[in-house]
Amino acid sequence: MKRWLPLILFALLSVVLYVGLHLNPREVPSPFIGKPTPAFTLPTVEHPDKTFSPAQMQGKVWLLNVWAPWCVACRQEHESLLQIAQMGLVPIVGLNWKDKAREATTLLAQSGDPYLACAEDLSGRVGIDYGVTGTPETYVIDRLGIVRMKHIGPIDADAWEKKFMPLIKELNR
Amino acid sequence: MRSLLLVLLLACFLPVLADEAKPLADDPVIEQRMVDLASDLRCLVCQNESLAGSHAELAEDLRREIRSLMKQGKSDKDVISYLTTRYGDFVLYLPPFKPVTYLLWLGPLIFLGIGLGVWYATLKKRRAMPEQPVDGTQIAAAAKLLDENL
Repeated sequence: MKRWLPLILFALLSVVLYVGLHLNPREVPSPFIGKPTPAFTLPTVEHPDKTFSPAQMQGKVWLLNVWAPWCVACRQEHESLLQIAQMGLVPIVGLNWKDKAREATTLLAQSGDPYLACAEDLSGRVGIDYGVTGTPETYVIDRLGIVRMKHIGPIDADAWEKKFMPLIKELNR
Repeated sequence: MRSLLLVLLLACFLPVLADEAKPLADDPVIEQRMVDLASDLRCLVCQNESLAGSHAELAEDLRREIRSLMKQGKSDKDVISYLTTRYGDFVLYLPPFKPVTYLLWLGPLIFLGIGLGVWYATLKKRRAMPEQPVDGTQIAAAAKLLDENL
């Protein structure tokens, strides 16, 4: 036993380091999980004369997708969002974060608009209130307006099937 | 000659240009307070940089928020709670002592304890070892070996 101790310790350390290699430091745990969504009222990209606020979504399970036209990963995600919107399982609300060049309107008109509404957060303040660190980020919000999950990075098929679908089905029950 | 003079003259103004990009704070006291506080906070975009030193856009925005909170008369504690409610304890380079961070704070002490334990056990064992008597022939053999190697 004593002879093997160094080897066992080495193996344990290797396991710890191996697991550490695969952790993503970008996935900062959100302090909002289980807490109500921060309130805001912002004009929408689609209808600048209308406003959106999370209170309008009361009673529905919905996604808040933080994105920006200048963000490359968001363009990759766009196709999945269109597919998700088409499924009709869950409404997606956009938050157009710090779009200084005001490109969102043209972009959504050109490549399709997956959003029920897309709020325009020009100063980025609402993003800060939600603890956004980079785009894209997506929040799953339940009927009572409580944040249930935060997904950092684009929603790909894998994330949708493993993370989003089971949670949304459970919340919709 | 004339153009050289012009270049030299223009070069004199270069330091002025170099300074232009840096936004001048309208209140040096608040600026200093913000920098002091932000040096102990993590930038969430470039995670190994402090919020004070990062050039990431989000860091600039957060510095602006900190400045405006300070101008409103908020204390450092208020500013930190503003940031931790949004980004969690992850923004703090000095995480608070609470159940999830017990291992983080106490881990080094635990390892020190294990090390001291091993050290003590080894010393005790060594002391308990009986002294082996050495006879004359062994000393002679050792001396011979040493001499040969020289």
